[in-house]
Amino acid sequence: MQPARMDAFQERFARALLAPELPAPPAFAVYRNTVMKGCIDALQANYPAVARLVGPEWFHTAAAVYVRRHPPRVPMLLEYGVDFGTFLEAFGPAAELPYLPAVAALDRCWTEAHSAADDPVLDAGALAALDPAQLGALRMRPHAAARWAWFDLPAYSIWSRNREDSPAPQDFEWAGEGALLTRPADAVRWMPLDAPACAFLDACARGEPLAQAAAGVPEAELAGLLASLLEAGAFSTGEWQ
Amino acid sequence: MHAAPSAGLSLKPSHFSEALAAPADGLWFEVHPENYMVAGGPRLRWLEAIRARHPLSLHGVALSLASDAGPDAAHLARFASLVRRFDPVLVSEHLAWSTQQGAYFPDLLPFPRTSEALARIAANVGCVQDALGRRIAIENPSHYLRFDEHAWDEIDFLADLARRSGCGLLLDVNNVFVSARNLGGSAEATIDAFPGEAVMEVHLAGHTPDPLLGPALLVDSHDAEVAPEVWALYERLIARIGPRPTLIERDDKLPAFGELMAERLRAQSVLRAPLARAA
Repeated sequence: MQPARMDAFQERFARALLAPELPAPPAFAVYRNTVMKGCIDALQANYPAVARLVGPEWFHTAAAVYVRRHPPRVPMLLEYGVDFGTFLEAFGPAAELPYLPAVAALDRCWTEAHSAADDPVLDAGALAALDPAQLGALRMRPHAAARWAWFDLPAYSIWSRNREDSPAPQDFEWAGEGALLTRPADAVRWMPLDAPACAFLDACARGEPLAQAAAGVPEAELAGLLASLLEAGAFSTGEWQ
Repeated sequence: MHAAPSAGLSLKPSHFSEALAAPADGLWFEVHPENYMVAGGPRLRWLEAIRARHPLSLHGVALSLASDAGPDAAHLARFASLVRRFDPVLVSEHLAWSTQQGAYFPDLLPFPRTSEALARIAANVGCVQDALGRRIAIENPSHYLRFDEHAWDEIDFLADLARRSGCGLLLDVNNVFVSARNLGGSAEATIDAFPGEAVMEVHLAGHTPDPLLGPALLVDSHDAEVAPEVWALYERLIARIGPRPTLIERDDKLPAFGELMAERLRAQSVLRAPLARAA
């Protein structure tokens, strides 16, 4: 008998891995189970707040649907599930949990902050040493590990209460919230951010000078915002003008 | 570079502090390089701290050497960059495939051992060794499925692969045991016939019965302690070929660090037994 060619064998084998409806010998289930478990474990590790919110059974079911549609494309499983949040937006059973995609987006921000390139942090002292007259022309570059986003629902409150085993949840208002995640000293940390602050960071990332970038921030709040962003390690020492 | 023939542990982030503080008497650690292929941040810093105190082994799971394609250039470049950065004492991969048409399957998948496969894998191993600038060890997989298309016995296949490519072998004793139980055949005979000179590293791991098929199908799950039968095979192997760097491999249901260190001590005592020294 002519042995199956490698490519034909592997094409057939790979197709059956994520298609439980295709016939296969009983022991083939070991490969199906291992592949599925590896992918679901990776999603669970990358989306812990989502997993905690929906519980293990719901998460497992949703993750299995996602895995069959979007198997990993790279072997670094830390990168797996980049579009899991987008998937959840369109996933029928998630319709009653409108905040789930936002929580997934913040879990993803955590992973990106955790694994981003090393980058020296701009400290508040460096800024204080500058001539105040030149501050407005300064182009501040967000730190390589800084991630921020604005959401039209209380994403930060929901996410931060489910990201770690936190004490008894406090009440929060149902209103839009933003979040900033940074990695100032090799550990990811986070803080809430209002809409003008998110817009300010967006403008900084576009390379706008401080005076222009901060146009939407009330003047009385700018110094305080800058201080808290610098304290969080939101900016890099790179690209001083 | 030759690794000291001592026992090491696979290392998970939750054991970092204890691993860093552990006495360094020949203790080495093994990690999956794929988990450290990041641009920056704490993972790399963590591995650097370990590497400053202990020898490190990189055990790849994704080069997909038994694919009907050359190793992915981007992945190989990432691997080579980690080898340059951490200067590992050992580098190993698997006789298996895990990528197909751009998809990655987190498993070690089987293939019929044909001459076509042998030529392809030997070329792939050569390509990896050229890119990394060093000899790598290739691990025997666990088997669950019988293929009528096998044209080569596994030991002959591995021996010929080592001869053609100049690679070494990583003998996973648990995989030998699991495969013999699943497909039939004698694990002792496999251990006795395995080409000893080529063995650069030995793996010891735990297995579990398949949840549906039970003990008729053992799964190489790396989530349990090393089984008594596997320890016996290991002692038999070391008595024949002499001491080799030996890893206690644990990937799931992690016990306390001390329990892994106790298993490691047992391997260490086998390596130091008179029979092993005499070989």
